Amino acid sequence: MSITIDQISKTFGRFHALRDVALDIPEGKLTALLGPSGSGKTTLLRIIAGLESSDSGRILFGGEDVSNLHVRDRNIGFVFQHYALFRHLTVAENIAFGLESLPRKQRPSKAEIRQRVEKLLEMIQLPQLADRYPAQLSGGQKQRVALARALATQPRILLLDEPFGALDAKVRKDLRRWLRALHDEFHFTSIFVTHDQEEALELSDQVVVMSQGQVEQVNTPTELYAKPESRFVFDFLGHVNVLSGAVKNQKLVQGDAWVSLPGNRSEQEAQLYLRPHEVHLARAPSVHARLPLRIDAVSLIGSEVRIELVPEGWHSEEIWEIGMSHNEFAQQNPSRGELWFAVPDVGHLFSGDNSQPKTVDWLYVEAANACNM
Amino acid sequence: MSASANSGVGPVRRFSGRSKRVLPGFGLSLGISLFFVSLVLLLPLSGLVVETSGMGWDQFWFTITDSRVVESYKVTLWTALAASVFNGFFGLLLAWILVRYEFPGKRIVDAFVDLPFALPTAVAGITLATLFAQNGWYGQWLAKLGVEVAFTPLGIVVAMAFTSIPFVVRTVQPVLEELSPADEEAAVSLGASDGRVFRKVIFPSLWPALVTGVALSFTRSLGEFGAIIFIAGNTPYVSEVTSLMVFIRLQEYDYAAASAIASVVLLASLVLLFAINLWQGRYLRRLEGR
Repeated sequence: MSITIDQISKTFGRFHALRDVALDIPEGKLTALLGPSGSGKTTLLRIIAGLESSDSGRILFGGEDVSNLHVRDRNIGFVFQHYALFRHLTVAENIAFGLESLPRKQRPSKAEIRQRVEKLLEMIQLPQLADRYPAQLSGGQKQRVALARALATQPRILLLDEPFGALDAKVRKDLRRWLRALHDEFHFTSIFVTHDQEEALELSDQVVVMSQGQVEQVNTPTELYAKPESRFVFDFLGHVNVLSGAVKNQKLVQGDAWVSLPGNRSEQEAQLYLRPHEVHLARAPSVHARLPLRIDAVSLIGSEVRIELVPEGWHSEEIWEIGMSHNEFAQQNPSRGELWFAVPDVGHLFSGDNSQPKTVDWLYVEAANACNM
Repeated sequence: MSASANSGVGPVRRFSGRSKRVLPGFGLSLGISLFFVSLVLLLPLSGLVVETSGMGWDQFWFTITDSRVVESYKVTLWTALAASVFNGFFGLLLAWILVRYEFPGKRIVDAFVDLPFALPTAVAGITLATLFAQNGWYGQWLAKLGVEVAFTPLGIVVAMAFTSIPFVVRTVQPVLEELSPADEEAAVSLGASDGRVFRKVIFPSLWPALVTGVALSFTRSLGEFGAIIFIAGNTPYVSEVTSLMVFIRLQEYDYAAASAIASVVLLASLVLLFAINLWQGRYLRRLEGR
């Protein structure tokens, strides 16, 4: 069941939670609503569910207008951040709740309900916990039970509000994988809200980035990461190193730092955005960039060595981060307090008010120059 | 340091070891509390027992099974039961509107709930008696319907309900406030009707608090005196409550008999309170997963 969000607006007092949001959620896909807190993502999810009403606009499920339909008639499954399990009911009773709430004519027989619950318990891999009470479960188990409860009535749409937000890192990863597998098996249309970029990119088929009540960008995780269309999306998806300065003589300059911008003839304020993997470190400045930085910290944990650097003789609002392989690290052996030079390979230039970035590829420029010589 | 103390090399200071508790003052605060509990509660109670034990077992039994007294037990029990059940419903309703809805004057209503606690019970009794008298504001209308409240057992119910309603409201209110809206939203999203949400999700959480409130209201009503005597009419065998029997014995300077009857009321209240506490402890343990 596809979902269409048609010009939805919502205000809380004087706060604009959502401004004319329009969005298409494809059928059978797992869509992430990603944004910082206050971006309106949870409000949007709750409006889709019918737990909140919008001030204007329509919600359509598979072309059918459900804006005026009560939550209980929308046939959705909703999973809450803090599980919202009924604590005086056992796990099995919790899962059966939706089935037992069906109007008498549609309600399956007791035996059938028991069977369905058993099946769901197997699906969440917790059949041995049927008679436990929620307070006796771990966070991860609770969230699985909440999922089974939401899926029991075979909803058309599954909505999850920060489903892994209250779990610790390890459980979160396991549960994420498990949800992805579950989704690949059953292909219900699902939307989940998260503020964790990694989670959104790893888990979803489509990511909707939201900011200040508006949709910033919609795309697949790969495309989104490769081609952010605005400064906000760029900033929000992982760490970014920024050099902001003025363009002069085809160079972006600030203090002691500069980067060449071949072919860029405009003269205005601009920012160069560089992902940690798009820059490497060298002992000396290169032909096309001089970015002196002092090493502040070296973090060895993970598949990559992460180096934090502070600009020397120029200014950056946030600390710079550069990643290198353990192999490279062993060869170059950069250590704390040393002065190094960052050499960008690829960068993204935002100039003036232009919100679309222009990609600059120095490796390509070098290769072209080498050919010409 | 403990090693030196053990080996006996250094000076042995028994209380210099590391304290097991992080918060200081446990001994002192517990001591003062227990002292006052003894002074204010236990000592008078044991006085009651000592006073009673002065009379023989036969005498005691004779006093507490006197037919007029037994009749007063019955009246007290059923009126207290009626009052606390009424308070169960009405108190829940009052707590519900105070927590769930915003309306003008909500603060004032909230403050008024405590009025029965603040008001001297005699004042409450006189007021109620005036209101429900044959020519009172309520009484004259009720008389037309053929209902007599003042100077009948029904009057006792009214007085008891009035003086003990805050127990129910004030025990249920905080529990209602703490209910997570997500639980109800979850139930509704699963298709449950409003009635089902209340029965299956809200009420089971309120239940222990409501029972406690009703039980408190009941035990309070068992011992209520001031408000009742003005409205009850105090007809022997009809509208005499047990606390009045205690009072009558006192007026006859029969302290032993007075404390004998009082001890019956005391025992009934204590048994009920303990029973409720035990039951509630079990119920809550289950919710907390122990």
